[in-house]
Amino acid sequence: MLAKLMDKIQAVGRTGTSVIEAIGRGTLLLKNSLLWGGPGSAGFHDLLKQIYSVGVRSLIIIVVAGFFVGMVLGLQGYNILIDFGSEAALGTMVSLTLLRELGPVVTALLFAGRAGSALTAEIGLMKATEQLSAMEMMGVDPFKRVITPRLWAGIISMPILALLFSTVGIWGGAFVAVDMLGIDDGAYWGNMQASVEFYEDVVVTWIAVYQGYDSVPTSEGIGKATTQTVVISSLAVLGLDFVLTAVMLGGV
Amino acid sequence: MSVSQPYVSVRGMSFSRGDRLIYNNMDVDFPRGKVTAIMGPSGTGKTTLLRLIGGQLLPDSGSIMVDGHNVPDLSRKDLFDLRRKKMGMLFQTGALFTDLNVFDNVAFPLRVHTDLPESMIRDLVLMKLEAVGLRGARHLSPAELSGGMARRVALARSIAMDPEIIMYDEPFTGLDPISMGMIVKLIRGLNEALGLTSLLVSHDVEESCAIADYLCLLSDGRVIGFGTPEELMNEGNDEVRQFLRGEPDGPVPFHYPADDYRADILAGVN
Repeated sequence: MLAKLMDKIQAVGRTGTSVIEAIGRGTLLLKNSLLWGGPGSAGFHDLLKQIYSVGVRSLIIIVVAGFFVGMVLGLQGYNILIDFGSEAALGTMVSLTLLRELGPVVTALLFAGRAGSALTAEIGLMKATEQLSAMEMMGVDPFKRVITPRLWAGIISMPILALLFSTVGIWGGAFVAVDMLGIDDGAYWGNMQASVEFYEDVVVTWIAVYQGYDSVPTSEGIGKATTQTVVISSLAVLGLDFVLTAVMLGGV
Repeated sequence: MSVSQPYVSVRGMSFSRGDRLIYNNMDVDFPRGKVTAIMGPSGTGKTTLLRLIGGQLLPDSGSIMVDGHNVPDLSRKDLFDLRRKKMGMLFQTGALFTDLNVFDNVAFPLRVHTDLPESMIRDLVLMKLEAVGLRGARHLSPAELSGGMARRVALARSIAMDPEIIMYDEPFTGLDPISMGMIVKLIRGLNEALGLTSLLVSHDVEESCAIADYLCLLSDGRVIGFGTPEELMNEGNDEVRQFLRGEPDGPVPFHYPADDYRADILAGVN
């Protein structure tokens, strides 16, 4: 009985240390790949290729999701605001909600699912098929060739995607509000402010490449790492979102 | 460095993975300009030895000298320089970059490490591909290659930078007899043509004996036999002979250590 209890306690400790170790390794990876090479460490062409595969290929899901989220916000907001006779504020509500909260967060979540998991699987596969080892043995640093351009591609494309998401979302809102519900054009497009959150974007890409690089090089390991990427990124995005919102709005 | 000095010299090297001691205070020399086959039962850490020599793993203690450089002591930058200038490695799967075609795979190290004009890179790549007989396959993608072809392309890539030592990790595994024959011919031929030092990890006694100048037999983290194939076949100890002849029982027992059989069976009855 006591022995079993001790086992449990030890297991908790082991998990704790391995989590902290993983955070340490991840931080080193981030430090090494960002300090050692700028966006063009593997050549400008390669960076463009990565931006295409993480950014451009995520466009459709981001744009479509943004449009629908915007339309839903428009409908919901209209039904609430009309009770108070302030449906003229609908445009401000939709745009602020999207720019401050939903845009970056939903983009980050979608990005984690679409591009993050793909990044993890790709790097994990390169590790499992010894491509990363082969690169090392050729005297080529896989950090610079593989990790750095993907990190930068994520860092560059995510804010743009988030902005696109919000823009399309606002159009979606306008489509519902102005064209379907008949709110005044000028009122909807009134006063809109912009503030983009960058941090979540960095975190998602970082977690994705780290999970890939640190994965167990087997098919099972890659599957697990891919799931981990989506789960951990999503949680990190939501957690970080709260912290950032609290700081930004100055409430806490 | 005189010619007679070994190219790779391991002294007092210990390495453990988790709680398991893989190498315990091992000494071994690999002669310059020769093909040495590293053999031994599965799980003895033959591939691990290649990774230690290549600096991908660090030993717990001891030195691993490669052409006068102690690999575990090198800084990350010096290690990458040493690999670039002197080492080539052929991985079991070939490890070709899946997003590049055959030509670009072989050109990869040249493009990264040199400032040569594209026309010269083209010539060099075609020469390397011709050496492995795959000049005509330059436009294929790795997915279109058979296992043997992939390994030959990988071989062309690992000699692209003209290394001094090539390490082959299980080069014969999973090949049909023709591909196997090609790889055997290439390993021997490249060794002679380029004056390479070749280290070869393999299970295949027959092929290894056919091309290796020396055999190095590992078991339980130590060297149990080192010499020419003939020497070991004739004069090696029981353990060496059991391995080379593939006998199922001998110094390496057929049975995993267990309690007494009779007692074990009867324990279930009571």
